[in-house]
Amino acid sequence: MQSGVDTSAPVYSKNGAAVREQTVSSGLNQSKGSSMPKKNPVSIQSINPKVLNAEYAVRGEIVIRAQALAEELKSNPGSHPFDEIIYCNIGNPQSLGQKPITFFREVVALCDHPSLLDKPETHALFSSDAISRASRIINKIPGQTTGAYSHSQGVTVCRDDIAAGIAARDGYPANPEDIFVTDGASPGVHMMMQLLLSSEKDGILCPIPQYPLYSASIALHGGTLVPYYLNENSGWGLELNELKKRLQEAHDAGTTVRALVVINPGNPTGQVLSEENQQDIVNFCKDEGLVLLADEVYQENIYAEGKTFNSFKKVARSMGLEDKDIVIVSFQSVSKGYYGECGRRGGYMEVTGLPKDVKDQLYKLASVNLCSNVSGQILVSLVMNPPKPGDSSYEQFARERDSILSSLARRAKVLTEAMNKLEGVSCNAAEGAMYVFPRLYLPKKAQIAAGEAGMKADVFYTRRLLDSTGIVMVPGSGFGQVCATSLKKMAISHTLYEELI
Amino acid sequence: MASGKVMDPENLNENVKKTVYAVRGELYLRASELQKEGKKIIFTNVGNPHALGQKPLTFPRQVMALCQAPFLMDDPHVGLLFPADAIAKAKHYLSMTSGGVGAYSDSRGLPGVRQEVANFILQRDGYPSDPENIFLTDGASKGVAQVLNALIRDEKDGVLVPIPQYPLYSATIQLLGGTLVPYYLTEEENWGMSINELRRSVTEARRKGICVRGLVFINPGNPTGQCLTEKNLGELIEFCIQERIVLMADEVYQQNVYQDERPFISARKVLMGMGPPASEALELVSFHTVSKGFLGECGQRGGYFEMTNFHPKTVDELYKVSSIALSPNVSGQIMMGLMVNPPKPGDISYPQYEAESKAISLSLRKRAHIMTDGFNACENVVCNFTEGAMYSFPQVKLPQAAVAAAKKAGKAPDVFYCLRLLEATGISTVPGSGFGQKEGTFHVRTTILPSEKDMPGIMESFKKFNQDFMAQYADAKSKL
Repeated sequence: MQSGVDTSAPVYSKNGAAVREQTVSSGLNQSKGSSMPKKNPVSIQSINPKVLNAEYAVRGEIVIRAQALAEELKSNPGSHPFDEIIYCNIGNPQSLGQKPITFFREVVALCDHPSLLDKPETHALFSSDAISRASRIINKIPGQTTGAYSHSQGVTVCRDDIAAGIAARDGYPANPEDIFVTDGASPGVHMMMQLLLSSEKDGILCPIPQYPLYSASIALHGGTLVPYYLNENSGWGLELNELKKRLQEAHDAGTTVRALVVINPGNPTGQVLSEENQQDIVNFCKDEGLVLLADEVYQENIYAEGKTFNSFKKVARSMGLEDKDIVIVSFQSVSKGYYGECGRRGGYMEVTGLPKDVKDQLYKLASVNLCSNVSGQILVSLVMNPPKPGDSSYEQFARERDSILSSLARRAKVLTEAMNKLEGVSCNAAEGAMYVFPRLYLPKKAQIAAGEAGMKADVFYTRRLLDSTGIVMVPGSGFGQVCATSLKKMAISHTLYEELI
Repeated sequence: MASGKVMDPENLNENVKKTVYAVRGELYLRASELQKEGKKIIFTNVGNPHALGQKPLTFPRQVMALCQAPFLMDDPHVGLLFPADAIAKAKHYLSMTSGGVGAYSDSRGLPGVRQEVANFILQRDGYPSDPENIFLTDGASKGVAQVLNALIRDEKDGVLVPIPQYPLYSATIQLLGGTLVPYYLTEEENWGMSINELRRSVTEARRKGICVRGLVFINPGNPTGQCLTEKNLGELIEFCIQERIVLMADEVYQQNVYQDERPFISARKVLMGMGPPASEALELVSFHTVSKGFLGECGQRGGYFEMTNFHPKTVDELYKVSSIALSPNVSGQIMMGLMVNPPKPGDISYPQYEAESKAISLSLRKRAHIMTDGFNACENVVCNFTEGAMYSFPQVKLPQAAVAAAKKAGKAPDVFYCLRLLEATGISTVPGSGFGQKEGTFHVRTTILPSEKDMPGIMESFKKFNQDFMAQYADAKSKL
């Protein structure tokens, strides 16, 4: 039995994020000299406590168990009451059969192997507008290659295209100098947390339930997560009073709240904010001096009738607010939408309202890693600037896009209805994003059994689900929750679910 | 606060403000400004081969393109553009994924590629390697950050770093709030590493209350280029075992070696060769990348780190941190597979691959010589031979008057020199202070990457500038 850190199931802190309690032994001081018995300098007792505190349930214990079961199935088929593991824990569409958008892949393939651009045979395999788009991009990259480190904020032509795409989407100008292209949206989040958090006295307001990148990142950077609770009874609504209350509580506790995270459309909850709601949030941030961290990666995943995506920057500008009034960071990614290019690691953050010397610090942070992968940069510029009507690839592109989006909308509806038909389950409609987040009313007996097994009730449920059916879901406690009711999350991007239901 | 801004520089994370990364710092920013104004700039500030005309190898790019657009392989015309072995390789890598390059992989990287990395290590060193201890990352830098993040708890934790060093280490240690513990390489002994110097450094750090937990060494060295001997590595390993320090082996330049007396030997090979108890006692982590060698695929962001003798729960924690970023980019992972598992004799693409890679390696070797000789032919400049890696790190003996002029301009002397060099010739370098150097010495780092065609012109340009500079600031007595 090792002394030191308790590595059993996560314990839940008051702020709703899963936090691992640790009892650190005096082993911390062991690595001073040479006469101690063999104990690794990097043993679990002496690792950075911020790393130990960080939790990320989306790929946590249930997934690790699922991988073990998958191995068992491989070496011993028939050893479980299911034939395969179905990963519904993560928004990873292409692993579940969704096809990539042809035009995008044509362009990145040509950019990866530009000697194709000079060959006549290439026209037999690639569409003409893909060839011309790739040529244009490659010619504007220094060295004409995806193999060189680029500018640390991203290749200029990609940032130009992204800015143009943002302006076309919002109707307000965007500056390429405000754009930082990153390996997926997540590194941008980390950079902002690093900049904002100096100690545990610095806090970040986060929605509960939230995508646990935020809680993990805040823990890794030694800050404090200040939760604000979305209201399940009003379709996971974000209420101003709740924000004000939590901010005041934090102040009273001595925390300096630096930023507000809003995920719109929401993850895991899927709600799409109304414009009025967004205006309230913008005013709140302006009045309280908070940086608005707007996670907008699901901007192309909206299924509810009458709901549209409005970027926070657009809302702010439409209210007459400029850079001097408010700092807004908008995160976007190629992993979601109708493109689902998770494995490519493409994304950006658009950072507006920062004074130049702070922006210089952000640039410096970006420069330590030199740059994000260039192929991913190209992909995000394509996502923000896709084929237009009249382009030769437009029809195929639109067909592919619409097919994926309408299928997602159908599955959102089917899954929500199916969840609501189950005994002891209620489920808000998924207005957007890629998840359903049903609520389970677990019987007392189940909760007791969970306690006896040393697990939280929802972890117990999802573990039993996995062991009986091979379906991998994430217990709601991984996203935070209001009280002891159990929630689970399931990705709707799974194609098989249309057959199952 | 003065600006009324939420994010006023006054209230940013101090660690961020203190961090410096000269490779893309002042000189680079000035060079970019001048470039915007229309001046021709030769960027030798970062090891970025493709930006200076080096071509990617054909076979890996063919495979990458097919992996990006697998529908091409359904087209009957595909054979017109792609050889059969590239097609087969693309299918091989795609079969490792669950959904192609667009799906998140395992957070540690595709198991198939990690197996290929393990096979590569076995073949290189003669000792088996476990893919479970190999994590793929978006470039080696990410892996370095991850390991240092786990190692550094607070400012009392120190990491030994060679001076001069690649400033990823100083920057990352600062960002994580730890302490850099310098150990000096000896320029007069070909940038050699001395165990006595390591001992001195550790003793001094401990006296200040620092808990020394890690030791970074870069082999072949950056910016210094020296290649370590087996004896060197053995001493280093024994030192770390004795002092209970994690050994961090930055071996990204293992395929860039330009002399034959000291070929590359991995730290792991030496460790394993020592047998137990040593081979089981040292915690070692080794870093590698697709950015260097002859591939030079910097923009792909492909790297890995391999852990030896790490506590299994520590490996779990590192896995957890990897999982927060979901997965490294899959194309970069495939590039890593292609690097460690290249075409073999008998493969259709083998002759071309061999020819392309050999040409690049030979050219780099030539350029290492041209540059070293070129610098040594300059007044007040002394330059060790670039035994490996991609850089030249000449020492410039600046006259007193130049040092004074620099001070007057508010610049460090080598920054002053490099800025003047930039304005006069367009050559963008990184001053030695960006890497660390012995007090009172001044260096400049360039890369050996400008093409063979451009090199003589660049060295001429430098020589002329240096001559003029030295004349302008000549010491009083030499003017008599």
